[in-house]
Amino acid sequence: MTIPQQAGLISLPSILSHGKLKRIIFPVLLSSLIGTSSPPFAKQTYEEFSVPPPPFKEGMFPCSNCHASMEAKKKKRELKEEHTTIQLRHAETMRWCLDCHYGANRDKLRLFNGDLISFDKSYLLCGECHGNIFKDWKAGIHGKRQGYFAGGKRTYLLCVHCHDSHSPRSKPIKPEPPPFRPKEKKDAK
Amino acid sequence: MRNRSYTRREFIRNLSLTVLSGFALPLLSSCAKEQVEDFLQKHFLEMTNDEKEALIAKLEARYLNKYGKKFKVSVQEAIPNTLWGYGLDLSRCIGCRRCVYACVEENNSSRFKPQSQWIRVIRLKKGSLVDLEDSEHYYNPDQVPEKDFIYMPVQCQHCEKPPCVKVCPVHATWKEPDGLVVVDYNWCIGCRYCIAACPYRGRIFNWADPNVPAEKWNLSVHYLGNRPRMRNVVDKCTYCIQRVRAGRYPACVEVCPTGSRKFGNLLDPQSEIRYVIENKRTFRLKEDLHTEPKFYYFFEA
Amino acid sequence: MQALRETLRETWRFYRKTLTLVVTGTKEYYLWCLLLLCIMLLGFLFYLPQVRTGLITTNMKDQVVWGLYIANFTYLVGVAAAAVLLVVPAYIYQFGPIKEIVVLGELFAASSIIMALLFVMADLGRVDRFWHMFPFIGSMNFPASLLAWDVIVLNVYLVLNLLIPIYLLVKTYYGKEPNKKFIVPLVLFSIPMAVGIHTVTAFLYNGLPARPFWNASILAPRFLASAFCSGPAIIIIVFQILREYTFIKLEDRALFKIAELMAYAMFLNLFLLLSEMFKEYYSNTVHMASLKYLYEGLHGHNALVPWIWVGTIMNLVAFIIFLFPAMRKRLSTLNIGCILIIAGVWIEKGPGLVIPGFVPDPLGEIYEYIPNFRELFISFGIWATGFLIFTILMKVAIPIASGEFSHAKYIEERPASKS
Repeated sequence: MTIPQQAGLISLPSILSHGKLKRIIFPVLLSSLIGTSSPPFAKQTYEEFSVPPPPFKEGMFPCSNCHASMEAKKKKRELKEEHTTIQLRHAETMRWCLDCHYGANRDKLRLFNGDLISFDKSYLLCGECHGNIFKDWKAGIHGKRQGYFAGGKRTYLLCVHCHDSHSPRSKPIKPEPPPFRPKEKKDAK
Repeated sequence: MRNRSYTRREFIRNLSLTVLSGFALPLLSSCAKEQVEDFLQKHFLEMTNDEKEALIAKLEARYLNKYGKKFKVSVQEAIPNTLWGYGLDLSRCIGCRRCVYACVEENNSSRFKPQSQWIRVIRLKKGSLVDLEDSEHYYNPDQVPEKDFIYMPVQCQHCEKPPCVKVCPVHATWKEPDGLVVVDYNWCIGCRYCIAACPYRGRIFNWADPNVPAEKWNLSVHYLGNRPRMRNVVDKCTYCIQRVRAGRYPACVEVCPTGSRKFGNLLDPQSEIRYVIENKRTFRLKEDLHTEPKFYYFFEA
Repeated sequence: MQALRETLRETWRFYRKTLTLVVTGTKEYYLWCLLLLCIMLLGFLFYLPQVRTGLITTNMKDQVVWGLYIANFTYLVGVAAAAVLLVVPAYIYQFGPIKEIVVLGELFAASSIIMALLFVMADLGRVDRFWHMFPFIGSMNFPASLLAWDVIVLNVYLVLNLLIPIYLLVKTYYGKEPNKKFIVPLVLFSIPMAVGIHTVTAFLYNGLPARPFWNASILAPRFLASAFCSGPAIIIIVFQILREYTFIKLEDRALFKIAELMAYAMFLNLFLLLSEMFKEYYSNTVHMASLKYLYEGLHGHNALVPWIWVGTIMNLVAFIIFLFPAMRKRLSTLNIGCILIIAGVWIEKGPGLVIPGFVPDPLGEIYEYIPNFRELFISFGIWATGFLIFTILMKVAIPIASGEFSHAKYIEERPASKS
């Protein structure tokens, strides 16, 4: 949560009392207050990518169905009542749920600069730490590529379509069978 | 005495000539019109558009008759200003072989007797990466990736200076304007010189008529790509010519679960493959052979 | 017009008489021909499933795409090239004893080329599309593809080796002098052609950087050296057999001269092998894997190792026999040496050349190819075809060459005929 820079606030009463500068200082101060104010007055725009909807579990979204009536407890702890299946293995020593999920509105994720983004732009959040991969993903070279590669029909997948955001490391999978060996008498290799 | 031996010799001579001509007759009569047409079919590159249309109609009718399915054969030409390139992220390939089987499904390759797989994934030891002699082709652990190993899928590299094209005695294989090296299956004589010449195991041979389960046929085919082949001809990866000329990714690129495969137009500066070449550390296999492959292996920078 | 009719009638008469010569003979001759025909039939019966089902009936796989057929092809092209070892002494050096048999030697080369071409056709997947290989009618990839070159030079050599002897024999039959201005240039041309056919076949293997075992500059010289050992050795054996059963004039001196020339070729063959082994073993790069597979075995695969060692030892022993004139000039030891070199070079140039080129394959896999019985029978069938063709050619050529079958004699025996 950003705290607006209140530079010059100490001298505000003295400035405001000065009649001549009232017409200049006051509009400047007001616009700067608005400009640096916390959401929902954010003016930041981000590049759009057409992605399929996020892979929510059945009935999970919108989160505010439950969380709107709950108070956000900001202490880092192990969850015992709900979301117990979520294993956080994603820099879990340095942060926890509310570092990514916005406490006051669980339907949103929050970025470092205080902006709130919806879940279908979650790549912005991942990209904050994983900058190199985010750059690659935007160029279209990170991750699974499907569909059309040109002609304005390029599509992208969200990070979470392949990586579980709470435990992103890919699990080993069973390989498809090896080719048939050419028939031979010995097989000594 | 002399006359009698002459008669005997004459008899033997007449008999042998009759037998020889007797052999020839069945051969002549059994030549159905279809076989004669096939025998005389022109080289694909010499055909006019009308002849290609007729060829498509003939093939579609024949496939309907033989397999009971309505195939859609395309002869779509190369898109101008394209040169297809491929990227493979070795830091992400886990050797799961999904690409191998996706390719088999998409391209109507034989499943057994013989098993035709255009892609071969090899397992290499970490620390001595491209020592191909030490590769393992038949790894089958419970889970991949295994520790201490990396995996390298190899398929036709679509070289800019393809040795296979150089050695084919009948021009049955050539490089298309968009860089794809293709085979005209109806022109190939099956001498396998191209397979001997390929440094990458890019080409394989149809040792018998392909065995494809009836429900698994992919019906959108290209004449130079994944149409049903016949025995005793060579085939190879075509970068899914039936897909890429319509702007779609090849089947192996789409199926890869870790996103190790990249594809695009090398002539388009905004393409994914150009980004890979410019921003990642790429190399190609056996570069000392100067075949100039368009298949770029790379590692995450 | 009248002259043309006469020529045609005479040609027909000549053909009829040669046919008579071919179908009459001794009991041994009939048995020999019958045996060859049986083997040919067997080979053909095994060939049919290969065309019907596909080359899956052989033991070749994607890893080893050329096998017994191409091994035999390579060997036989070398044998055919060896006719030059008769042509050069006979026509350039006018060495009398060889002059007697040079025509027969050229027919031997022709039979050998026919066998080689049959082996290629047996190996082709789609023989029904053979016309694609012709220039102008098909789309021959000349000059880029060495296989296209091979098709041209092999057929030219075959035509030469049929044209020259048949021309000379027909002239002999009619008791006429051959036109030197026509025949001598052709004969001289056949000398570089003989070297050419085997060089082109060597270059066919040589030009593939994908196969380091073959991509050695030494390959073409090795081919020629081994060709000039094995081909003449077969000639020596076969002609002694012919001398037993027919009336050809064959002096021992001719055989000894051929053997002398062979001795040089054998030395060169062994020296080039030594050079190859030094280069691979001393440099010790990854590319020596194929040679290692052949002589030692690779990763436990060693099916060819006993074969190549037996072959190499045979070549060595043969060289020693041929080195010493006392042994070379005695028919008993000479024949042993010949048989040894024939087998030794077959092993070295057949399976010992073709299969290690594919092991390991470009991605490091090892598949040990061993021909199956179908391939063996087809190969026997083709060898039998070559032998039969040679037998038939000899059945006509030898009586003509020895003067027993001639137009003069025909006129003598049938004075009332309107010839």
